[in-house]
Amino acid sequence: MKRTDLSPELQAAWDEIDGYAKGYGLDYFPIIYKVLDYKTLYEVAALGGFPIRYPHWRFGMEYDQMAKGYTYGLSVIYEMVINTNPSYAYLLEGNEMVTQKMVMAHVTAHVDFFKHNMWFAYTNRRMLDEMANHATRIQRLINRYGYEQIEDFIDVCLSLDNLIDYHAPYIKRPEARTEIPLSSPRPEEAAVEGLKVERDYMRHYINPPEYLAEQRQKQVEEKQKARRFPENPQKDILLFLLNYAPLDPWQHTILEIIRDEAYYYAPQGMTKIMNEGWASYWHSKIMTEKALTDSEVISFADHHAGVVATSPGRLNPYKMGLELLRDIEDRWNRGKFGKEYEECEDIQAKRNWNKDLGLGREKLFEVRKLYNDVTFIDEFLTPEFAAEQKLFSFAYNDRSDLYEIASREFMEIKEKLLFQLTNFGQPYIYVEDGNYGNRAELYLKHRHEGIDLKYDYARDTMRNIFIIWTRPVHLETVIDDAPYLLTFSGGELTKQKL
Amino acid sequence: MQRIQQDLNRFRRIVRGQIKKNLRKYMSQGEMIGRQGKRAVSIPLPQIDLPRFRYGSKQSGGVGQGEGDVGDPIGRGDPQDGSGEAGKDPGQHIIEVDITLEELAEILGEELELPNIEPKGQKNIVSEKVKYSRIRRVGPDSLRHFKRTYKEALRRQVASGLYDPKNPVIIPIKDDIRYRSWTETPLPQSNAIIIYMMDVSGSMGNEQKELVRHTAFWIETWLMSQYKQIEICYIVHDAAAKEVDKETFYHLREGGGTRISSAYSLCNKIIDERYPPAEWNIYPFHFSDGDNWGNGDTQICLKLLTNELLPKSNLFCYGQVRSLYGSGNFIHDLKHSFENEDALAMYEITKRDEILDAIKEFLGRGR
Repeated sequence: MKRTDLSPELQAAWDEIDGYAKGYGLDYFPIIYKVLDYKTLYEVAALGGFPIRYPHWRFGMEYDQMAKGYTYGLSVIYEMVINTNPSYAYLLEGNEMVTQKMVMAHVTAHVDFFKHNMWFAYTNRRMLDEMANHATRIQRLINRYGYEQIEDFIDVCLSLDNLIDYHAPYIKRPEARTEIPLSSPRPEEAAVEGLKVERDYMRHYINPPEYLAEQRQKQVEEKQKARRFPENPQKDILLFLLNYAPLDPWQHTILEIIRDEAYYYAPQGMTKIMNEGWASYWHSKIMTEKALTDSEVISFADHHAGVVATSPGRLNPYKMGLELLRDIEDRWNRGKFGKEYEECEDIQAKRNWNKDLGLGREKLFEVRKLYNDVTFIDEFLTPEFAAEQKLFSFAYNDRSDLYEIASREFMEIKEKLLFQLTNFGQPYIYVEDGNYGNRAELYLKHRHEGIDLKYDYARDTMRNIFIIWTRPVHLETVIDDAPYLLTFSGGELTKQKL
Repeated sequence: MQRIQQDLNRFRRIVRGQIKKNLRKYMSQGEMIGRQGKRAVSIPLPQIDLPRFRYGSKQSGGVGQGEGDVGDPIGRGDPQDGSGEAGKDPGQHIIEVDITLEELAEILGEELELPNIEPKGQKNIVSEKVKYSRIRRVGPDSLRHFKRTYKEALRRQVASGLYDPKNPVIIPIKDDIRYRSWTETPLPQSNAIIIYMMDVSGSMGNEQKELVRHTAFWIETWLMSQYKQIEICYIVHDAAAKEVDKETFYHLREGGGTRISSAYSLCNKIIDERYPPAEWNIYPFHFSDGDNWGNGDTQICLKLLTNELLPKSNLFCYGQVRSLYGSGNFIHDLKHSFENEDALAMYEITKRDEILDAIKEFLGRGR
């Protein structure tokens, strides 16, 4: 990889930006800049920000798209930064100085976010090494087993890489553990006696038949639960497969690597709107308040407009995050929050509300620490904001075969938006039973939330799980409002109404 | 070489279907609109989307930003019901496959493993290509070669001592003047004529015509990639045949019965009058539902084929499409009479999926 370190001019620019950013209270890991020509920059971008990854065609696909976009002048990557300590950030060689400065300002805020946002707390900050290790391990497997075989299995694993528990790093789920091996004998439970009774004639009062029946029922349930495997539903399907599927060691290695990388990228997916909003907020602040020289204003305005541009019908996370953060700052500066404000019914008074609290900046730093996109939107999206930003929800219209604007009602917009963000807008699927029918068949369940699965994709995904699990795979889901059990056991997918 | 090149090559080979064919069903032909000067060009952007558990698109919808009233359309839906195509989300570009015809032909060729056609009569058909690559002493002024003329004059002046380095004036005289001249290169040329014949009798409905149109499109695409020049004739027939233009060919709907021989004799006449087989590669294609009138006419057809059409054509293709009234007997009569005839290809197309098989049958012979 061709690398150039900062030229004296860029170094001077960085010193300047670094000073401003720290002055505003941004606090970040050390940042190492690399100036790359566009080919190398796009290569690194295609590899997800890391210079060394294992070989796989999808990186080639990403590269193809980005390089074409660049060649035809449609899209430009100005910056890229990865969440490691120290952080690596890449600059595109030959950009104007004002662009480089803007990028540097943008990057400081990203790294500040990586360092402080709680959702990043458990990410591996030495991922650069880790990724290179993954590459080496996979390369070794390739040398041993052949390219085709390894790549095919990577494809299989990638098709499942969203079946993880996005919240697992942050909470201990005692129920997520299945410790008792299936085969171990269990102590027989004693018969239900009810509460202890001293006097025989009291027995009926203390342990009425209903109570005893209830206790018996409970015991039966407990017993069944103990027989269940896993004892509780498992959201981290990949982990479940790693633990219990009959994998060859090389398959285990690959699946583990794919899972690791999925967890590494997960927080970035969970905070897209906030992270980009935060970075855009700060680059525009640093540039407009401090770093811009007169001759650079137009260029900056142009770039900035590009970053926050909206195309009709599309939500730009940079724009959305930026505007929402500014809205929060304004609200907390003027005290537009709390009981008194909420209960005020005079629209005019609400609009001109100003208590000069000046808490905006402080609140912003708190928000960047504690929230992810879901909680961020849930807490701070207001009807006023939605109206001002002209948000709408859209839906598909069967008759016209068109997507149409469905509503500008606040609650509907918010609901749709949250739905899109929760679990990355992906279906919620978990392992219900790993020994279904006592035949070691895998029983998955889709928690249906109003939207059916894409059938052909579900079928092929189940085929991939079957490759790993090697026993029949079932999926309980809903198709057109009726519950179905899909079963894949090697041939065609069968569909059975429940 | 860049590290990424390896992945890129691998991806391209998957897209072209050379390796990992199982992934091709997840492929979508994306598109980017780029600019070249003032012209908008469309850049093909193939993508492979690995299967994952995810939501079907129709019920989902989402949130957008911008002007508009409730009910305003913001994007088109998915043309096929739920069966894997990308580009459904509004705002995303709605995608139509856009590749050049050559690329299309290449893909088709690779996909169906079609052999390249060896044109017949290549040796006989020679055209001359003119190229201005020589120099002559005589010629019209418009072809005067200034540089060579100057050189000649310079050489003469130096040789004869008229050249003065302090005042380097060169004056050409008549003998110095050189002219460009041409050479003729013989160029084997291969022309092809496609003659489409279609049954437009009452039993051929729109759906059948659609099948024919699709098949014809692919045939043309392939043959165009094989020949420099292609001409196309269209003949429709019910009980009588006539030559029509393309538009009419696909849209005309006549009633009446079917006399296939009428089309074959018109086709023969066109070949004789306009496309002598010595100079042309001839490809007659006939589409019908196979319901010919009476046995007598089929006999005439067979005779025409044996004596006239098959000897003259590179390949005669017969596609039988199933109509509402079922499929006729004609294809069986043909099979019966020409079992091992190389110049005759036939296929019974019952549904769209079979178009590619039909094309493979028609064009897979490399004739």
